[in-house]
Amino acid sequence: MDSPNILEIKDLHTSFFTDSGVVKAVNGVSLNVPRGKITGLVGESGCGKSMTAKSVMGLVRNPGRIESGSILLDGKELVGLPEKELRKLCGDEVSMIFQEPMTSLNPVIRVGRQVEEALRIHGGISSHAEARKMVVEMFQKVGIPEPEERYSAYPHELSGGLRQRVMIAMAMIRNPKLLIADEPTTALDVTVEAQILRLMKQLCEEQGMSVLIITHNMGVVAEICDEVYVMYAGRIVEKASVFSLFDNTAHPYTQGLLASIPGLYDNPEYLHTISGVVPNLKRLPSGCAFHPRCEKAFGRCSEEQPGLYPVEEGHLCSCFLSERQ
Amino acid sequence: MKAAVKRLVSMIPVLIGVMLLTFIMLRVVPGDPVSIMLGEHYSQAKIDRLTRAMNLDKPMWEQFVSYMLGAFRGDLGVSYMMNKPVTGLIAEAFPQTFRLALMAAAIAWAVGLIAGITAAVKQNKLPDHLFMGFSLAGVSVPIFMSALFLQYFFSYRLKILPLTSDGSAASLILPAIALGWNSAGSVARMTRSSLIETLQADYIDTARAKGLLRPAVIFGHALKNALLPVVTMMALQISSLMSGAVITESVFSVPGIGRLATQAIQNRDMPLLQGTILFTTILVILGNLAADLLYSVIDPRIGDE
Repeated sequence: MDSPNILEIKDLHTSFFTDSGVVKAVNGVSLNVPRGKITGLVGESGCGKSMTAKSVMGLVRNPGRIESGSILLDGKELVGLPEKELRKLCGDEVSMIFQEPMTSLNPVIRVGRQVEEALRIHGGISSHAEARKMVVEMFQKVGIPEPEERYSAYPHELSGGLRQRVMIAMAMIRNPKLLIADEPTTALDVTVEAQILRLMKQLCEEQGMSVLIITHNMGVVAEICDEVYVMYAGRIVEKASVFSLFDNTAHPYTQGLLASIPGLYDNPEYLHTISGVVPNLKRLPSGCAFHPRCEKAFGRCSEEQPGLYPVEEGHLCSCFLSERQ
Repeated sequence: MKAAVKRLVSMIPVLIGVMLLTFIMLRVVPGDPVSIMLGEHYSQAKIDRLTRAMNLDKPMWEQFVSYMLGAFRGDLGVSYMMNKPVTGLIAEAFPQTFRLALMAAAIAWAVGLIAGITAAVKQNKLPDHLFMGFSLAGVSVPIFMSALFLQYFFSYRLKILPLTSDGSAASLILPAIALGWNSAGSVARMTRSSLIETLQADYIDTARAKGLLRPAVIFGHALKNALLPVVTMMALQISSLMSGAVITESVFSVPGIGRLATQAIQNRDMPLLQGTILFTTILVILGNLAADLLYSVIDPRIGDE
């Protein structure tokens, strides 16, 4: 009965109902996070990747809401689940790490207490001493030096990297089945980024946890992901294993993204870009949302919405060019 | 602690400045205290004698220096009108004002906080509009208007509360409401906007992602942050409560500092007026100091600097 996927999102629609129109932030996204694997969700800013994650955690704020679709966490339907039930799962079976470690911790509460809270609200541990011991152990596990002293530090007394480690400790302390990491390293410098990624990968392997990592950084994808989804304007445009994605890139948008990574031996005068801007989610282009920026677009692209076509085993692409193959 | 001592020491120049300013201003305004005391039909000789007795014939700077030196010893001179030491008069009147201000503050802050939190939580719903309407009225209606309104309604029409002060606690209820309504309005409005803003913060998402339900998010995570500016404002309101007390005490005949000041103005009673102003200044400075200290207690980021 157990599905091979810890998280299954099917045809998710999350929209914002603003005075100036409906913003379709997530427009029919389907994705699976296999157990024990690290799955990446890649795309530009504003393509709806964070909103996909927030939809899972029930963090979509007014005037946004999930319009339709299904989110199965370990077989349990989350869409339409009462707030009380959903909160029982959050922090326990599924946790989330946010992009900005600087602002994601409450500035007036000691970090140890913030982590301890995540431990205690889900029951089981009643004594403060016991909880404190577990928090300190967790701090040690995520590589926070002097965990005893750090327990009573305030967020502003810690560096960005340490704060993100605190966030990871908070997310992991109940040993969740699924960790959603929303650009966990974007705000950190490169050396710290590598440390945090390594830590996440290691913890994931040790505890058999599944991870959905959201990023715009192809380097992060190459470093830790097993499976990758590429998102554009609220839709999944390509899905592949990390090797297949880099070796056999199918979608013109993904090709553009990969070509935009400056290489060490490239001409430093020239930086590849994808021309144009992300479309306004209130007025999406007809047909394939990428066609106005696509170098390979032809007549049909502006008329019809492409489906997901197989490129090879486990590799899907939403482009008419892939359909022909 | 060190910061508190530093602040206390820095009070001294402020106090001297205030003394100097009121001293000059009281001598610039028209009206001679001696002729007011004596009335119209007195000989020049008598006027001169009294002027000399009150040291008003000495040069201005000498008058000021002797006043200032006296003030630091706790001697604020003798009231012309009542012929009693100003310090004693203030000491007698202060408990009245203190009781009034305390009651007003308690009403204002309790009502303001509850109204502000409720309005923020029920944003754009009926309780929000209701509370914000009352707050707007509190902020915009002048004290003497709301005081007269309260007197008319509760004392004259309903006859449930005394019209003027007779020293009883019940007779302080109306003045306290009249005085506190304004502060309650500002506290409610600030609490509301601050809490709404705080609820947008990233760490609110973190708290919810942890599994906290809305009440725990609001009271455990948002409120402490949202109250930072409110606490400062509350302590600063001590000054508006003191100035409001002048009007409130006059309308309700409360024998406090405010009424003392009004009487002093009417009678050109310079030592008494200077004394009440100086005393009020000290209270306001202490209020600001309390605000700063409180701020560093609830916001750990402040204490470190």
